[in-house]
Amino acid sequence: MAAHGTTAQGVVERSLLGTIGIHGLLCLAVAIFAMPIYITLIGSTHDVDTVGRGDVPLLPGAYGVENYVTVWTEGGGRSFRVPVHIMMWNSILMAVGITVGKIAISLLSAYAVVFFSFPGRMIFFWLIFITLMLPVEVRIIPTFAVITQLNLANSMTGLIVPLIASATATLLFRQFFLTIPDELVEAAKIDGAGPMRFFRDVVLPLSTTNIAALAVILFIYGWNQYLWPLLITSRPEYETIVVGISKMIGNGDAQSPWHLIMATTVLALLPPVAVVVLMQRWFVKGLVETEK
Amino acid sequence: MRRRVIFRGKLLPYLLLAPQIAITAVFFFWPAGMAIMQSMLREDPFGLRSTFVGLENFAELFADPLYLGAFSNTLVFSGSVAFFSIAVGLFLAVLADKQIRGANLYKTLLIWPYAIAPALSAALWLFLFHPAIGLFARIIRGYGVDWNYYINGGQAMLLVTIAAAWKQVSYNFIFFLAGLQAIPKSVLEAAAIDGASETRRFWSIVFPLLSPTTFFLLVVNLVYAFFDTFGAIHALTQGGPAKATETLIYKVYVDGVVNLNLGSSAAQSVVLMVLVIMLTAVQFRYIERKVHY
Amino acid sequence: MATLEIQGVQKSFGATKVLHGIDLAVADGEMIVVVGPSGCGKSTLLRIVAGLETATGGRVIIGGQDVTLREPKDRDIAMVFQNYALYPHMSVYENMAYGLKIRGLPREEIRARVQKAADMLAIAPLLDRRPRQLSGGQRQRVAMGRAIVREPKLFLFDEPLSNLDAKLRVQMRAEIKRLQRSLGVTSLYVTHDQVEAMTLGDRLVVMHGGVAEQIATPLDIWNRPANIFVAGFIGAPPMNFLAGTLLPGGTGARLDAGFEVGFLDGARVGPAGTRLTIGIRPEHVPPAADGPLKLTVDLVEPLGGETLVHGRVPSDESLTARLPGSMHPVAGAVLALAIQPAQVHVFSGETGQRLDR
Repeated sequence: MAAHGTTAQGVVERSLLGTIGIHGLLCLAVAIFAMPIYITLIGSTHDVDTVGRGDVPLLPGAYGVENYVTVWTEGGGRSFRVPVHIMMWNSILMAVGITVGKIAISLLSAYAVVFFSFPGRMIFFWLIFITLMLPVEVRIIPTFAVITQLNLANSMTGLIVPLIASATATLLFRQFFLTIPDELVEAAKIDGAGPMRFFRDVVLPLSTTNIAALAVILFIYGWNQYLWPLLITSRPEYETIVVGISKMIGNGDAQSPWHLIMATTVLALLPPVAVVVLMQRWFVKGLVETEK
Repeated sequence: MRRRVIFRGKLLPYLLLAPQIAITAVFFFWPAGMAIMQSMLREDPFGLRSTFVGLENFAELFADPLYLGAFSNTLVFSGSVAFFSIAVGLFLAVLADKQIRGANLYKTLLIWPYAIAPALSAALWLFLFHPAIGLFARIIRGYGVDWNYYINGGQAMLLVTIAAAWKQVSYNFIFFLAGLQAIPKSVLEAAAIDGASETRRFWSIVFPLLSPTTFFLLVVNLVYAFFDTFGAIHALTQGGPAKATETLIYKVYVDGVVNLNLGSSAAQSVVLMVLVIMLTAVQFRYIERKVHY
Repeated sequence: MATLEIQGVQKSFGATKVLHGIDLAVADGEMIVVVGPSGCGKSTLLRIVAGLETATGGRVIIGGQDVTLREPKDRDIAMVFQNYALYPHMSVYENMAYGLKIRGLPREEIRARVQKAADMLAIAPLLDRRPRQLSGGQRQRVAMGRAIVREPKLFLFDEPLSNLDAKLRVQMRAEIKRLQRSLGVTSLYVTHDQVEAMTLGDRLVVMHGGVAEQIATPLDIWNRPANIFVAGFIGAPPMNFLAGTLLPGGTGARLDAGFEVGFLDGARVGPAGTRLTIGIRPEHVPPAADGPLKLTVDLVEPLGGETLVHGRVPSDESLTARLPGSMHPVAGAVLALAIQPAQVHVFSGETGQRLDR
């Protein structure tokens, strides 16, 4: 009884049957969630014929290493062959670039809006705020036109820069900066710290939790970009992996090298899923707080 | 809204703001302005000249059965994605919120799909439902259903809905779980003492207390389904078969990038902007109310 | 070490005037305590001296230099805050060293100064800790240490003890006094606590409504309060006030409570019948069988060593008497009290200002 004390202290004691039922339902949900990944993972270890026949193996096959080496070094679409290592690298660059860029410009602008008083402060704040209402998808064609005019199509800059301005991060930092006690600022002033010194020595270190939480969210946001890279990259050396997989699938021809597409999918999943699982605490915090 | 203690500085604040404002101006306001301008222009077939046509592009848009079709597709699609992902997310959160062994493990195992891009989610479900290679496709056909989403528009819509809703379940799960954990235990205990059954407690106490979260998630899920799901549709069905899964955002892309009908595409962008602004405004009204409570 | 001069300092927030022209000259090494109820402008005055707030008018001169328009960092001051304002992410050592680091002092010197201050404050074993690992008293010491290492011209204290519990407050009070004496740094100390003010200050500034009501040594203020506000603010329980009129020749007062008191220190100028307020502290109304003051007891507070008796006099004015601990009158009883004539304070009934001979 004592051992159960900690687990069964709900509002009302639950019957053993009820507990089993809850575990059963949750396990089922976990299984359904994991199912597509499992099938994909298994498929990626078989040869083209096994998968292509529609046999749908449920146990690993013998071609795992071969398949992964192939996609990593050569790529494997029917009419689209870009090595996964290139696409992965591009995705990482894009995701990290967006993360770092967004955090950097948001920290600075939030700092300006919170810690200074200057003509036009509220106008600037609203200019930034309004961008909440203009997701990149909405203004995609004209933004593409701007990028072409600036000659930034097919470049990392073109992939990253238009995506790094957003109000969410600025608002989060602004919210946090407002909670820094006035006395801390005054103590720093008396200690002789100017605005930038205070930013570096006090505000940044105090913001690390928020930065980490935001970084997790933004990395996933960056990694998962689709429409923008689809539009502005037409050369293999700038291909990102999420778009790459879609191009490998093409029109879903039954004769596609499905085993290789599956292997590529598994590789594309790994970084963002690993980030979420390993940094779960930051991730949940970041998610819940940016949306407040 | 404002700190009492601030720094002095005339130029510095502007320098700090410069990067964000510059990017916002170049990549937000300029394109948005261009979209509004272009939506009132029409180009000749060779793209050499454009003439001002006022609101004609919009009038044409709303007279175009294809556009109206995309509109209704969007409504069906977004509505289903939001409904299913919210319902399942809430159900799972309620289960995981019970004090059972391993609750944290379940949590971890249920939130990771959030990390998956809609296009990747589409790929994963494609492997299961592809008429030639999919396990589920086979099972379904075993029951005598002619499963082929490359031909059947309803099936295609069902599949993109599943692919789009799947990862969003995790998102809703996280928020509902946070919402549930914020409900004071004493309220539930009081209800239990009043003799309310567990189901009754849920519908008469928990669900009403979660309504702010639910409303917030409804808006977020709708916005997600409107825009972020482009990748899922593009990877799975490319709007087909016969435009059965062509949503508003997908049509902007097709008309602007594939068909190069810039005037119409710009007009569609403007309509989308209006939709987002409306949704955001609704959300702000709700946030305002939340503040007052 | 330096002098501090405050000349006609005024401050308005919008249309609200919070400081109506304060003048104060602080001698080298002197400790001045600014005391007053909340909202009297004492903190604003301190913040103006610190440079955290800009005066609307007047000048602040530290060590002979006009610093009115200078930034806090250019004033060579150090400040101890009410809530300590320690940097939460820095160790105790880093907190104390930060100001020196910014000023670009050599590492060795910083280390020596921090060590010295830490020894002085008995916080040397805590140097590696973070503020959140410290108790309130320890944080207070660190905040003091941060001020000491700077070796400034001027120490500013903004109610530094008000977040501590009563026992610790008494202990830290003594410590601050000792430190200030041994370092000999000119100090400006703001508090709302009159006991703190009396024990710490070489001189006090009693503020009320943005005005310095009196600037004098603690005993001067106690013995010769400049007006009714100061008289009532300093001293606990506060001074009693009884209304009356000036006797012909100004030699005494006829109280509304039904008896007369004579002015031992000399006659006051003025026509007979002028309205007066007579102040007498609770400890100066001893019980006396033939005493003229008849007090109807409302409430008795036995404190052991003494007994406080609150009651009403025949004119229905309230009065408190501090009696020997052996006396325990009951509520409703009528006590006969005397008034020690040498301890009577005379104020104008009209302006509340002290009337001297």
